[in-house]
Amino acid sequence: MSKTTPQQDFFRGIWRENPVLMQMLGLCPALAVTNSLENAIVMGIATFFVLTGSSLLVSLVKTIVPGEVRISTYILIIATFVTVADMTLEALVPDIHKALGAFVALIVVNCIILARQEAFASKNPVGRALLDAFGTGVGFMIAMVMMGSVREILGAGTLLGVKVIPGRFEPWVIFVLPPGGFLTLGFWLLLLAWFHQRRAEREKLARLPDAAVSGKEAA
Amino acid sequence: MGDLFWILLSAMVVNNFTLAYFLGLCPFMGVSGRVATALRLGLADIFVLVIASVCAWFLNTFILPYAPFLRLISFIVVIASLVQIVEMVIKKVSPTLFRQLGIYLPLITTNCAILGLAIFQTNRGYGLLEGIFFAVGGGLGLTLALVLMASIRESSEMADVPSLAKGMALVLIIAGSLSLAFMGFAGLLSAS
Repeated sequence: MSKTTPQQDFFRGIWRENPVLMQMLGLCPALAVTNSLENAIVMGIATFFVLTGSSLLVSLVKTIVPGEVRISTYILIIATFVTVADMTLEALVPDIHKALGAFVALIVVNCIILARQEAFASKNPVGRALLDAFGTGVGFMIAMVMMGSVREILGAGTLLGVKVIPGRFEPWVIFVLPPGGFLTLGFWLLLLAWFHQRRAEREKLARLPDAAVSGKEAA
Repeated sequence: MGDLFWILLSAMVVNNFTLAYFLGLCPFMGVSGRVATALRLGLADIFVLVIASVCAWFLNTFILPYAPFLRLISFIVVIASLVQIVEMVIKKVSPTLFRQLGIYLPLITTNCAILGLAIFQTNRGYGLLEGIFFAVGGGLGLTLALVLMASIRESSEMADVPSLAKGMALVLIIAGSLSLAFMGFAGLLSAS
């Protein structure tokens, strides 16, 4: 892990190690508050803020925190940032804060954040810890937008409150209800698995003719 | 008494922690391979939830009116340390029980279901007794969801699943169907 370049630090979290879609971390907010794109984005921003803030602080204090109490220290740092985020949201966007409910406070136990502190920020210099936090935060945001947009379009026929499906579309209400969260993420994973499989097959095919040609030449 | 019963029933099936609020998903996805394991984890869950509920009530009543901004931090610290202490007591008093529940206790403490319970309880203004019923109901609901999931996964292990869907995608879609089934209980509440 210490051999990565700054670009890798940043881009790793966005796609190849996307926290939600690849590592299956932080499922609780990804399923619970993505019933509209607006909620999903606000949740993404709040998580991004907490992640960046705690990565910065953890990376700064990593040498003075004794190993035995490091996890508790991370949790206290994270909880402090979440309290800040919670109060800020309550002041700025009271309606969305109400819709998100307890889930803003539950950012504390979002495994993505603790995982980044333990796996990266506590072992790396400030700059790289920040890059890693930015990347992971953006990756989380992408997953939230993927979930939120599908659920809002199918479940309400709108996107950010604007009607996008014209005509007499009967919204599939199930997608804004809890089962829709599980199903949407399940189908996204299926789609991604399909892409991966197709790419793997194409690469195999691309290698095959070479082998056949070289085999012929040898004969 | 009727209210308490409804709190219990509602937390258990109607607003199931896992299937309606998405709390405690990590064990739901990770530990739901075997029914016996799921059952024990569920029991440990109920245990920690009740402790958390009493802690949250205590903090809400005696401490937090003076320092509301400490809510999150104090919940986490107090619940985690109390569970740690209880774990040590159990280890001393009943080694058998410790072997059954012990390994799950530290795992559960940082579970979102525990903090979620404390926060929901605060937001709804439950008292001590209501909180305990809420915790037991929520814990039974978690156990129910875990055991159902584990039994489905045990029997689907041998099934011929398309290679695309193997793994998490299948688990999520099963969870979706379970959640759909649990929505059928929503009618219970409006009847009350």
